[in-house]
Amino acid sequence: MTKTIQLNGKTYDVPTEVQSVQQLLIHLQLAERILVVERNKKIIAKEAYDKPIQDRDQIEIIHFVGGG
Amino acid sequence: MSTRYSRQELFTPIGAEGQKKIRQAKIFILGAGALGSSAGEMLVRAGVGQVTIVDRDIIEWTNLHRQQLYTEQDVVDQLPKAVAAKQRLAAINSDVEVKGQVVDVTPDNVLNMIEGYDVILDATDNMETRLIVNDAALKLNIPFFMGACVGSYGLTFPIGIEKNQPCLHCLLEMMPLQTMTCDTVGVISPIVVTTAARQVADVLKYITGNPLTPALVSADVWSGDRASIDVRSLKKELCPSCSASAVYPFLTAKHSMQTAVLCGRDTVQLSWPKSRPFELAAVAVSLRGTVSKMVYNPHLLACEYGNHRLVLFRDGRMLVHGTKDIVVAKKIAAELLG
Ligand SMILES: [Zn+2]
Repeated sequence: MTKTIQLNGKTYDVPTEVQSVQQLLIHLQLAERILVVERNKKIIAKEAYDKPIQDRDQIEIIHFVGGG
Repeated sequence: MSTRYSRQELFTPIGAEGQKKIRQAKIFILGAGALGSSAGEMLVRAGVGQVTIVDRDIIEWTNLHRQQLYTEQDVVDQLPKAVAAKQRLAAINSDVEVKGQVVDVTPDNVLNMIEGYDVILDATDNMETRLIVNDAALKLNIPFFMGACVGSYGLTFPIGIEKNQPCLHCLLEMMPLQTMTCDTVGVISPIVVTTAARQVADVLKYITGNPLTPALVSADVWSGDRASIDVRSLKKELCPSCSASAVYPFLTAKHSMQTAVLCGRDTVQLSWPKSRPFELAAVAVSLRGTVSKMVYNPHLLACEYGNHRLVLFRDGRMLVHGTKDIVVAKKIAAELLG
């Protein structure tokens, strides 16, 4: 079954091969960046990125950039 | 003057009282590129008391699509950004005391530069400088409104507005080696204006005494993604920059030549210790015959040497365009300046 989450304010259908937060970051090409990740209003530590994503999770990801 | 700001005063959270506070505010703008142009114009139009805008660079054609204070003539004249920005901002609102400084912000000079300001607005193009100013702002207890953007994506974060909030150093566990730059992925003006607008809204809230929370906020004007994260739980008890036992590690100056590859361009910057400013007139004489297309004004000396365009600033810096290789840049410096 496809999981549907709220990702950065928008509805997002999680690809079937994406199971964990870490896999989601890789899929979004953000895994190498400096990030703050929030899941259901709680910031999650890097060590917890391997936890599975649940249907209807609310995930916010902010990555740092340098320009200005 | 009372009519000039009437529409801003009609906005209830500001009001006549808020306008008086805006009038008293002294703002330091770190960088006169895209964010600095946009935020500078908004703050000057809002009628703040003082704006000082600092930048180390000159205006180029590739800046004009997003750096709203500048014109084609500024590129032709090879004006430093801080000089052109000062002129334009002063013309927009003569109520405001505007200063422009052509200077590279370093651990050596940052404390002197920001002392006495009420607010620092971040408009720099690199994380190294941000971390230096993060330390300096925390040391002097001045709020620092961080902002950055690239592509169609930008983020903001106000630092030093609440006692128990994290600082930039808390959030960046490690120094980003290579962040995305305007060079690699480009940048469009709507995200510049969006990011600067959020920074300025936060600054106005702060100086008028309205509630403001230290949220990390991002937006992508192309995809429509946006996020806002309460990062208070990321405050580090032993942060070297913001804890009770802070040592402000990024203020530890090195006294040798500093090098940096600039964001957004194929350019290396070399800067000498502040004890060694350039006597541009003397440099112009010594380089005549060796370099071509020399342009010389009170702020800088620009010329061509081989395949490289060089710009020397009075404060002891040289930009070497046409390379990302620090060794190539140092070799040119050695060849021309000894
Ligand atoms: Zn900190």
